Amino acid sequence: MFKFLGTPPPLPRWAEVLLLPLINLFVAFLACALVIAAIGEKPVEVLWTLFQGPFLFPGNMGYTLYYTTNFIFTGLAVAVAFHAKMFNIGGEGQATLGGLGVGLLVMALGGSLPMILMVPLIVLSSAAFGAAWALVPGYLQAYRGSHIVITTIMFNFIAAAIMVSLLSGPMMQPGQMSPQTAPFPGNAILYKTHDVLHWLGIGKVAESPMNLSFFIAILALIGVWLLIWRTRLGYQIRAVGHNPEAAHYAGINVPRVVMLTMAISGALAGMMALNEVAGAQQRVILNFSGNYGFVGIAVALIGRNHPIGIFLASLLFGALYQGGTEIDFNYQSITREMVVLIQGLIILFSGALYYMFNPWLARLLYLVLPRKSSPEGAVS
Amino acid sequence: MTETVGPVGQAAGAQSAPGLALELEKISKSFGPVRANRDIDLAVEAGTIHGIIGENGAGKSTLMKILYGMQGADTGRMLIGGQAVDIRSSADAIAKGIGMVHQHFMLVPTFSVLENVMLGTEGGALLAEGRAATRKLLAEFAEHYGMKVDPDARVGDLPVGIRQRVEIIKALKGGAKILILDEPTGVLTPQETEGLFDILRVLKADGVTILLITHKLDEIMAITDRVSIMRRGEMVGHRDTKDTNPQELAELMVGRKVLLQVDHSPAEPKETRLSVSGLGARSQAGYKVLEDISFELRSGEILGVAGVSGNGQSELMEILSGMRPVGEGHFEVLGHRVDNRKPKDPAAMRDIGLGHIPEDRHHHGLILNFQVQENAILGYHNGEVAGAGLLMDRAKIYQHSKRLIEDFDVRNGRATVLAKHLSGGNQQKVVIAREVDAEPKVLIVGQPTRGVDVGAIEFIHKQLIALRDRGCAVLLISVELEEIMSLSDRIIVMNAGRLVGEVARGQADENELGLMMGGGRARPKVPAAQAAASGGESHV
Repeated sequence: MFKFLGTPPPLPRWAEVLLLPLINLFVAFLACALVIAAIGEKPVEVLWTLFQGPFLFPGNMGYTLYYTTNFIFTGLAVAVAFHAKMFNIGGEGQATLGGLGVGLLVMALGGSLPMILMVPLIVLSSAAFGAAWALVPGYLQAYRGSHIVITTIMFNFIAAAIMVSLLSGPMMQPGQMSPQTAPFPGNAILYKTHDVLHWLGIGKVAESPMNLSFFIAILALIGVWLLIWRTRLGYQIRAVGHNPEAAHYAGINVPRVVMLTMAISGALAGMMALNEVAGAQQRVILNFSGNYGFVGIAVALIGRNHPIGIFLASLLFGALYQGGTEIDFNYQSITREMVVLIQGLIILFSGALYYMFNPWLARLLYLVLPRKSSPEGAVS
Repeated sequence: MTETVGPVGQAAGAQSAPGLALELEKISKSFGPVRANRDIDLAVEAGTIHGIIGENGAGKSTLMKILYGMQGADTGRMLIGGQAVDIRSSADAIAKGIGMVHQHFMLVPTFSVLENVMLGTEGGALLAEGRAATRKLLAEFAEHYGMKVDPDARVGDLPVGIRQRVEIIKALKGGAKILILDEPTGVLTPQETEGLFDILRVLKADGVTILLITHKLDEIMAITDRVSIMRRGEMVGHRDTKDTNPQELAELMVGRKVLLQVDHSPAEPKETRLSVSGLGARSQAGYKVLEDISFELRSGEILGVAGVSGNGQSELMEILSGMRPVGEGHFEVLGHRVDNRKPKDPAAMRDIGLGHIPEDRHHHGLILNFQVQENAILGYHNGEVAGAGLLMDRAKIYQHSKRLIEDFDVRNGRATVLAKHLSGGNQQKVVIAREVDAEPKVLIVGQPTRGVDVGAIEFIHKQLIALRDRGCAVLLISVELEEIMSLSDRIIVMNAGRLVGEVARGQADENELGLMMGGGRARPKVPAAQAAASGGESHV
């Protein structure tokens, strides 16, 4: 009697980090297969395309990494805030403002500065504008008690409205009817990767929007890892996240840490504009943030707020975006909405339902794995 | 009423010895690799008070959760009144006549007593019927057991002793014949504890079987008929209370000889390090929680602050440690004046040499999801121990925590284990180690041994006295009178946010202190008007 009631045994760490996500992905693809079969296509073939599309089709890898870059920035933004237990839903707005920062800087300085000065300024400007946009909700949360989720969502709308009015007004390219700025001068852009590789004499690489901001994103991954786990500020951020009262007891200025965390989070989201504005479009266009800010939440969730996880999750989402385009293109019966559904299923299983298989897997492993002899003593 | 809480025994079947209300056979429960309960056997006679005693982490709480259906056992059998039962939820337990009073009250503070007692038995869609029945029930309890409670009082306004009474009524209302009390006296004054025991005796006379879980030896001796001792997840003995003594019980609990009283040499107080004058504070709602507190604390002495939990001690500690701004008045610590125009935050306080062992290690003292080594630098993370560079010095932090773990005997403590995976006593040792090792000039200590087992209490007390002997000024705030009396060189007593008296070591008598804590009577030292005022606000 009493067999297996109550709490399951804890899951070994390797299983939680590796096995569980793989099982989740597998189940997600299974669900996708059912959907694909239901509309009369061959599931294996379509899913194979979904995999081939981003990685194997010639010239597509650049596109995949271009999408990945966006997800790294917005995923990191959500993750940093989450380490202080704040849900920054405002990545979209912060990215928009980051783009505005780049646009204003380039319009102000034009071609006057050499690239070696201009590019760092562009990076700083995108980060500063994103940070400033996140700081206001951060301040309201820290000192006025307004909930960060509500305020960041509101700030997304405000950011979008500002962008529309500026791009259809003062920032619009003279003599044009579309809401976008004039193309940036050549000193104020991040070079496309295929161009750089070409100049370096490394073979023929297919053209893609992938640009140098991908490498800035990689640096950001490393930077966030250092920040969270190696610096005093990171220690304070995690302390505030786990237990704000204990942080207060420890002499940590909790409101200040909340503000700083939001600033860093916003800066990372703002830097997404490097990829889209300074790299891919080389001008500010309307809605360049393309919901990447929101998908960043799913990226952080699946990546367990860890830079390595976020990189892998970003790659997954980059692949889904590119693979989705490929399916859309190759199959008459699979529409754009169908692709979104497939992507949604994968987010559902590997994000929202992350721990669904946890109890079963834990019990299975507990039965199967050899056990270390139980230590003397007990915990209540 | 008599039929709801009537004599037990009618359910006693033929399979078991007559008169046993509850039997457990070979109950085991594991959490992953940890075996919290191992082959527990227990037989409780009907109509008796049965104590279960053990250190923290001995598995008492797990056993009670199994009994009450909050957790399932892995193996084993449970019999109630001789019949095997399968209890899978607390609803099952209640249906089988088991009631439980939890350590932390399960009451809705904004509801009235009546509404709280009615909860779960509201009856139909309209409340009138349920209300009437509950009002009748409360009257019967008052008449039958002397458990008088105002049905319309808001629970949040009641003193803890009365709240506990409401909990007991809730547990018994369904006709429970077995009542489990989990550490019921932790928050009570000695007088309130005596009141509780009176109620338990009446219940016992009425045939209710009572299981009392505690780690306090004197309570076991005072009220139980029989006692079972747990250690490390196992039952290590059962004794008739009249045939045992506290020393034997302590040894069974800990598994070795224990000093119940620490050596305490006379204090040699030197210069004043903390002087508090006219300190006052208000709660968020605007009530006065601290009023006109003045005292001095000198190097080389332990000043004990006695009082029932919730009488302003927490606020006093928070103000002195910098966690809460000063309301009125001021205090001077190590030559720095602090008032509401010149506040100091906890970091600044630590910088000048004031350490703080907070009363609640889970909320303040530790970050449970941090590793032990990260907790070992909490509050000192900007200082030397974490390294001087831009990045934290991981090797240094690791070495520091390893040394603390060894010096302070944190059992099963590895530097990288999460604090939440340590037992309560070992968690507390981490906090004590961190604060004592910083060699503070003034140390504010709150409830240093709450929920800590006998062996660790001995160790912690020795550390505090050693710190005093090195010249530290120690302010000890505790609701455990025994602890205050055995450690302090002087004792001040708080009631309703005020100081109501001061007693020197050796002149303290438990009953007198208890009365002062309850606001009943004050020592001559306190002005008569103040004593009368605090007496008027008393709840006891």
